[in-house]
Amino acid sequence: MTAKTQRLVLVGLALLAVVAAALLALSALKDQAAFFYAPSDVRRDGLPLGRAVRLGGMVEAGSVRRAGDGVTVRFVVTDGRATTPVTFAGIVPDLFREKSGVVAEGEFVRDGSFRATNLLAKHDENYMPPPLVKTQAGAMHETKTLDR
Amino acid sequence: MAEAGLAALWLAGALAALQLALAVLGVRSRARVAPVGVAGGEERPLGASGGALAEALLAATRPVAIVQGVMAVVAMAALIGVFLASDMSVRLVVENSHSLKPWLYRFAGAWGNHEGSMLLWVTILGIAGAGVAVLERRLSPRTLAATLGGQAAIALGFYAFLLWASNPFERVVPAPRDGAGLNPLLQDPGLAFHPPTLYAGYVGLSVAFSFAIGALVTGEVGPAFARAMRPWVLGAWVFLTLGITAGSYWAYYELGWGGWWFWDPVENASLMPWLAATALLHSVTVLATRDGLRAWTVMLAVVGFSMSMVGTFIVRSGLLTSVHAFAVDPSRGLFILALLGLYIGGALALFAWRIGAVRAGATFEFVSREGGLVVNNLLLSVILGVVLIGTFYPIVAAAFGVQLSIGPPFFNKAAGPVALALVAAMAAGPLVRWRRDEAAAVIARLTWPIAAAAFAGAGLFALAGPVGVLPFAGLALAAGLAVASVAPLAGRNLLRTPLFTWGMVVSHLGIAVSLAGMACDAAFTAETLTAIRAGEAARVGPWRVRFDGIQPVVGDNWSALQARLTATRGSTAVVLFPQQRYFANPVTTTSESAIATRPDGQLYTVLGQAGEDGRWQLRLWWKPFVTLIWAGGGLIALGGLLSLVGRVRRGRQGVAR
Repeated sequence: MTAKTQRLVLVGLALLAVVAAALLALSALKDQAAFFYAPSDVRRDGLPLGRAVRLGGMVEAGSVRRAGDGVTVRFVVTDGRATTPVTFAGIVPDLFREKSGVVAEGEFVRDGSFRATNLLAKHDENYMPPPLVKTQAGAMHETKTLDR
Repeated sequence: MAEAGLAALWLAGALAALQLALAVLGVRSRARVAPVGVAGGEERPLGASGGALAEALLAATRPVAIVQGVMAVVAMAALIGVFLASDMSVRLVVENSHSLKPWLYRFAGAWGNHEGSMLLWVTILGIAGAGVAVLERRLSPRTLAATLGGQAAIALGFYAFLLWASNPFERVVPAPRDGAGLNPLLQDPGLAFHPPTLYAGYVGLSVAFSFAIGALVTGEVGPAFARAMRPWVLGAWVFLTLGITAGSYWAYYELGWGGWWFWDPVENASLMPWLAATALLHSVTVLATRDGLRAWTVMLAVVGFSMSMVGTFIVRSGLLTSVHAFAVDPSRGLFILALLGLYIGGALALFAWRIGAVRAGATFEFVSREGGLVVNNLLLSVILGVVLIGTFYPIVAAAFGVQLSIGPPFFNKAAGPVALALVAAMAAGPLVRWRRDEAAAVIARLTWPIAAAAFAGAGLFALAGPVGVLPFAGLALAAGLAVASVAPLAGRNLLRTPLFTWGMVVSHLGIAVSLAGMACDAAFTAETLTAIRAGEAARVGPWRVRFDGIQPVVGDNWSALQARLTATRGSTAVVLFPQQRYFANPVTTTSESAIATRPDGQLYTVLGQAGEDGRWQLRLWWKPFVTLIWAGGGLIALGGLLSLVGRVRRGRQGVAR
C-alpha cells in the first residue's frame, strides 16, 4: 500500500467514524431526548404519554403536601395560565420551595398529572429567589435558567 | 495591591503581543532566506545580516515568554492577596467572598468565580509558556519560536478578555462593609483543587496545540516534534484525568444524589478534552516511534485544543445551564463566543492552509500496533462526536424554538456500546507488534484474557442472575482487560521494563478497575427511601440502619441539624452523621451526605426534611465496590505519571548522548 492510498483509507475511516457517531447520536436522540413542557403547553398540545419529559414552572403557593408515608410529596406546578399536579417520591432539593421555580423530570400519567423521578431547583452563585412569573413566555424564559 | 495586579496584567498582555510579533517577524524573515519545508537542522542562514537579525528575533522569544509568565503569576498572586486580606473595595471580593469565611475558602475563592478563574487559566498558560522556553532543547529555533508565538496568540485573547470584559481588580466606591459570601455548595476543599487541576489539563493541551502550530508553520512534523509535544500531552492528560476523577467524587458526595456522573454539560465539557487528549496521546506515540499518522496527530492536537477552549468558555458563556454556570452578562457571552470562534476557526484554517506542506509519513499494515492505535483513535472520535452532539443539540434546538434536554439515557445508549468496543480493542492493542503481525498469533495471545472474561461472565450469571446488558458486558470485559493489561509484562524482567511500559500497563489496568466499579454500581446498588422516627430502623442491602436522633451542630460559618445513624451488618457497626446545613451568607440550605467506606463498597446516607409528625426523611444507598471507580481513575493518572517520568528520563539520556 502506498502512502497516498493509506492516507485515503485513513481519511475514509475518519469520515466513517464521524458518520457513525452522527447516526448513533441521532438514533438515540429520537427516543431519549426529553422535551420540555410548561403546564399550558400540555393543555394546548395534549399529553405526551410514554416518554421521558421535563415539566417546568413555579411551585404554586400553598400546594405542597406530604403524603402519609413521609416521603411522597404532592404539589402543583403553574406557569400562570395552567397548572399540573405533580407527585414525587424522594428528598426534594435544598432550593425547592413554594413560589419558586422548579423543573421536574419524569412522565405524564393518563389523568393529566405528572410523576416526577427527579426534581431540579435553581442553584446559582448569585442566587436570588426568582419572582413569580405571570406569563408563559416569562415562565419559559425563567425555566431556561433553572437547572441543577 | 489590586492596582499592582492590574499593572502586572497589562504588562503581561503587552509582553504577549511582543512575543507574538517577535515570533512572526523572526519566522518570516528567516523564511525569506531559506525556503519553507527544509528541515530545520540542515538549514543554513545564507544572507548573513538577515540571518543574524532573524536569529536575534527568534532567540528573543524565550526571555519574553519567561517574563510574561512571571507577570501573570504576579497578577494572580495579587488577586489571591486581596481575597486573603478581604479587601472589600474590590468588586470581585465583595461579590464572592466574606471576611468570616475560613482562609482556605477565601484563598480558593480567588478562582471560584468567573474573572478569577480566567486569570488562573492565563497564569497557568504563562507558567507553561515559560516552561517551554526554559526546557525545550530539541526543536529547531524557528519551530520553537513559532510555538511560543502560538502560545502568545492564545494568551493574548485571554488578556484582552480579562482587561476589557472582565477585569478582576475592579474597585467599588464606596466599599461595602462585607461581602456576599460564596455559594455553600462550593465551600469544599475540592473547590480549592478541582479547577486548577482541570485548567492545568486544558493549558497542557493548548501547549500541545502550540507545538502543532510551530510544526505546521515550519513544516517540521516528524518524530522530533512528537517527542517534544508528548510530555505536555501526557501531563495534560494526567491533570485532566485527576480533575475529572476528583470532580466526579466531589459531585458524588456533595450533591447527595448518590450518582457519580450526571452527563451534565459541564462534566461533558471536561470529558471531551480528555477523550481528545487520550486519542492524541496514542497517535503521538505512533508519530514518535514510527513516523506515521502525521496529519492525523496534528489534527488531533487542533481538536484537543478546540475542546479545551470549549471546556473553558462554554461553561462561562451562559449558554449551558448547570451547577457550574455562573451568571454572565450577554455582552461578555458574545465576547466569549467571538474568541472561541476565532481560536477554533483560526486553528482549523491554519491546519487547512499548512497541512499540504506536511509530507506523508511512514505506512503500516492493518494488523499491527499502529493499526490498533488507529482503531483506538477512531472509537474515541466516535465517542467524542456522540458527547459533542448530546451536549450541544439542546442549544441548537433552543435556537429553533424547541426546548429539550438530553440526559443519561441518551449518553448511555449511544456512547456505552462504543466505549465497551473500545475496551475490547484496548485489551488486544498492546499485545500486537509494531509494523506487522499475524491475526492468528494475536488471538493466541488473547487466550487468557478471553478466558477471564468468559469466566467472569459465567460466574456473574450464576451468582447474581441477569443484571442488564451493559453492566454484564462491562464486568466481563473488565475482567478480560485486567488480565490483558498485565500480559505485556509476562516473561519480562520487571526491573528492566521501561517506566513507560509500566505506565501503559497501570493505566489500562486502571480502566479495567474503574469499569468494574461502574458496572457494580449499575448492577448491584440497593436503595431505600423512608421516613422514620428516632429509635426506628431501616434496611438497605445487607445493612440495618438505626436512626438514633437529631442534634444541632455549629461550624465556622454554618449551623446544622445532624442525624446520628448506627449502621450494622453482621458484627460490624458504623456510626454516620448526615446533616442539613444552614448558611447565613448567602442564606442557603445544603444537605451533607455521610458515607461509610468499607472494603467492599460504600454506605451512603442523606438526611431529608422533617415531617410534622416527628419523622425524618432518610435516603440510604448500599453501593458495592463503587470506590473502584475513583481508585481506577487514580491508577489511570498514576500510569500517565509513570509514563511521563519514563519519557522525560529517556529524553534526557537521548540529549546527553
